[in-house]
Amino acid sequence: MITIENFILITILSPLIVCVLTPFTSKNTILRDFLGPIGGMISSWGALNIMSSALNNQNTTLEIVNIAEGVSIGFEVTPLGAVFGLVASFLWIFAAIYSIGYMRGNKEKNQTRFYAFYAMAVHAALCIAYASDLLTLFIFYEVLTFSTYPLVTHNQHDMAQKAGRLYMSILVGSSVILLLPAIIWVWVATGSLEMSQNGVLEGKLDATYAPLLLAMFVFGIGKAALMPIHKWLPAAMVAPTPVSALLHAVAVVKAGVFTMLIVLTNVFGIDFLAKTGASEWLIWLASFTLLATSIIAIYKDDLKARLAYSTISQLSYITLGGALATSMATQGAALHIITHAAGKITLFFVAGALYVGAKITKISDLNGHGISAPLIFLAFFVGSLSIIGVPPMVGSWSKFFLMLGAADSGYVVVIGVFCISTILNAFYLMEIPARAFFFKKEREINIKIPKLILIPTLITSFLTILLFFFIETFQNLTSMIVSRI
Amino acid sequence: MIDILIKNLPIIVVLCPLMMSLFVVLIPNIFFSWALTTLSTFLTFLFSILLYQEIQIHSHISYALGKWMPPIGIEYIIDKVAIIPIIIISGISFLATIFAYKIMPEEIEKKSISKVYSLWLLAIAGLLGLVTTGDAFNLFVFLEISSLASVALVAMGAHQDKQALVAAYNYLIIGAVGATLYVIGVGLLYGVTGTLNMADLTNRIADQNNNRALIAGFGFMIVGIMVKAAVFPLHIWLPRAYAYAPSAVSVLLAATATKASLYILARILFSIFENSENLINNTLLFVILPLSLSAMFAGTIMAIYEKDIKRLLAHSSIAQIGYITLAFAIGTKASIAAGFIHMFNHAIIKGGLFIAITSIGFYIKKRITINNLSGLGREMPITFFCFVLCSLSLAGLPLTAGFISKLYLIKASISSDGIWLAILILISSALSVVYLWKIIEVMWMREGKNIVKKENPAIYISLIIITFLNIYFGLDASLVVNGSFEAADKLIGDPK
Repeated sequence: MITIENFILITILSPLIVCVLTPFTSKNTILRDFLGPIGGMISSWGALNIMSSALNNQNTTLEIVNIAEGVSIGFEVTPLGAVFGLVASFLWIFAAIYSIGYMRGNKEKNQTRFYAFYAMAVHAALCIAYASDLLTLFIFYEVLTFSTYPLVTHNQHDMAQKAGRLYMSILVGSSVILLLPAIIWVWVATGSLEMSQNGVLEGKLDATYAPLLLAMFVFGIGKAALMPIHKWLPAAMVAPTPVSALLHAVAVVKAGVFTMLIVLTNVFGIDFLAKTGASEWLIWLASFTLLATSIIAIYKDDLKARLAYSTISQLSYITLGGALATSMATQGAALHIITHAAGKITLFFVAGALYVGAKITKISDLNGHGISAPLIFLAFFVGSLSIIGVPPMVGSWSKFFLMLGAADSGYVVVIGVFCISTILNAFYLMEIPARAFFFKKEREINIKIPKLILIPTLITSFLTILLFFFIETFQNLTSMIVSRI
Repeated sequence: MIDILIKNLPIIVVLCPLMMSLFVVLIPNIFFSWALTTLSTFLTFLFSILLYQEIQIHSHISYALGKWMPPIGIEYIIDKVAIIPIIIISGISFLATIFAYKIMPEEIEKKSISKVYSLWLLAIAGLLGLVTTGDAFNLFVFLEISSLASVALVAMGAHQDKQALVAAYNYLIIGAVGATLYVIGVGLLYGVTGTLNMADLTNRIADQNNNRALIAGFGFMIVGIMVKAAVFPLHIWLPRAYAYAPSAVSVLLAATATKASLYILARILFSIFENSENLINNTLLFVILPLSLSAMFAGTIMAIYEKDIKRLLAHSSIAQIGYITLAFAIGTKASIAAGFIHMFNHAIIKGGLFIAITSIGFYIKKRITINNLSGLGREMPITFFCFVLCSLSLAGLPLTAGFISKLYLIKASISSDGIWLAILILISSALSVVYLWKIIEVMWMREGKNIVKKENPAIYISLIIITFLNIYFGLDASLVVNGSFEAADKLIGDPK
């Protein structure tokens, strides 16, 4: 019988072990390449067990090192963390298989370095998921930024260097200048770095300061990509597509919104937020980001750039759900972490497949190519439907709960925001399969997609349908985020 | 035998390098003079560790030199405050000596090497004397010993670049002015109180409230020490001195020299003048605080625009000294503790960075400017990796020692209602990422010229040790943190 403590270790350490082993296996490329998928399977096995313990309401904590008095690195199982941990580790399996196809198909250089840092980034994301206190969260937040830098600048050309600089300056700058003092402020106010189910700040922090502290958190968490600190995400698209797919649609950005949700629920507490109205401005900011980036996305002809802006918009759904400060909205936000991850990773997989198969990056070049690669465009179609929120794709559930939450909180306008955004989503995503299948072909291109790319793409797109029928488990889990006693 | 050793430890720590420096000068052989220096720095380090253990038991050791009882005779005082700079100085100088073995003969004429080692030990003895002495005038003597020895060491860089002579001359003149100011201050204090013993001074100053001569004396002393500690804007001697000194000397000076003076500054502010609260509070608020803030930004911005890497690191040192004095300026127990934490951490960070950069200089045999570094990251992976880790530590990123300093500094400033101070500190530390990243990017991204075939273990061994310390004290900081809090407690604890 393996204890939950050990499952936490298994889950977070297997990517780290993959990272360490990768350089030593650089001679044997087959072994090196398949370390990732194997690590992903072991890691998600642990994450599944952690999730079932979270469902049974077990409380597990694990302290790793005690740095100084009251300062330590430790992990624990929370419902929200269990959700995020499972998403990150499970999708890593497919992203890892996909990377093999992509890196080989594209004949990229420095593959060993790529795989090592890729696993390192997953490790950091999982540590964030199970972090037991704010400091651990912050530490691995930074580790995640630094481990993705070599991935973003993988090609080492001038554009990648420039993008890398923007990426680092926004993410490191915002987190060091705002997030760190915000965390220490909580430490000073409450006397500890711990978080708790219903927030720790009530009665400890003067309500007049609450919006200021919240603002420091919101703008300090650059990974959640709220306007005006969203620029790093489109810039990061110079990275190879497996990076954009797993990291900039799942691990990194979800780590951002996960941190945001944790701060809103476990540091402030939704009661405290609702009582003081500290998060009202955040509702409007998130709504604005949500709509504005959807509109920007329409005008982007570069496929990855369009997906990036769509990601920013979808992240704002999650922040918005947290800011509404009702239990239903929080639940919707947490579910959206899962549903958007499954949908968006599929879309990025397709974007990468088109690049490897035919060097297509622009949407306007897609005209009429649907017939030559029907499966890949079908996967894109299914993924898009999920993001738009059409049943029977899983994306419809989270939107449903978010709208219920908006109604619950009394901000009826927000329901309108969700509706408009759904229309915009449909507009900019449907254009791609529409062009592929219905437009006239302009030139002949032979799209050849490697199996290692095609299979994970089909699996994740199938996942968006499958999850629709198994949402109940996750719903049980997310309903515990706020009301567990 | 052991008993006698333990009893006399406070003076042995100083005498060990002092006496050895006299022997080293007689040994013409390069290897043996180095070996003897290493031995003596190692012994000094060992004695400091013993002293540390003694302090854990007795918490305050007073040693009457030559059995002349204080306040008449010279008293040596070791307590929980003094032990921090003692450990820093003796530990870093040991590492720097190991590092010097290969580097020194490259940069200095063979025949003067033993003289350099002699000066080297003399400088270390001076610094340790500064910290251990409990006598205001004896402190001046050690101040001069360490300064003159360091000036001569800096001047040795002339074998490579004649600019070193100018740098040494600047250092000499400005340093002498600082020391003179200090001694004038001591004179005034002696005139008013009639004593030179620090503990005695503390008591007698209490009866002398608002004595103008006393205030003037205080001013002279503070300014004199601030010159030595390179507090902005009295830092102008430092960048050149660090940049043109021989590599090993840069390492030694950067990691240790200003630390001793900063310790003296804290002693004067919080211990000698602890009874003149008004005076100290005004000084902290209107002098030290604004100067520290300017240092933080001026140093960082100068570093961003600097092309010569050793100078860049020197400018960054000025900013880092700003953090330490800022911590003193806030004046709470937590902040002073943060100051001592950073004093320790900065020593291992800057030591590491200087070792990394100067060992690159060893291979490229040119002045180390940013353009000369292209692609070296891939040619010297070990040095580069250590450099990156030390840089992250300097920028205060998690899991490194620098993060611990920043954590406690920010916490101290937030708890004394200075959230804006905290933000300023963090902005300046985020800016420090700019100049560090500039270096890392050039070393990593640009194409190299294949200069370095293989890294020399004799050079990178000390780098690895010091980098390991940076990580270790980021993960298990309780030793440093507790030590610093005890020190702060001792300095301003339980007001009477």
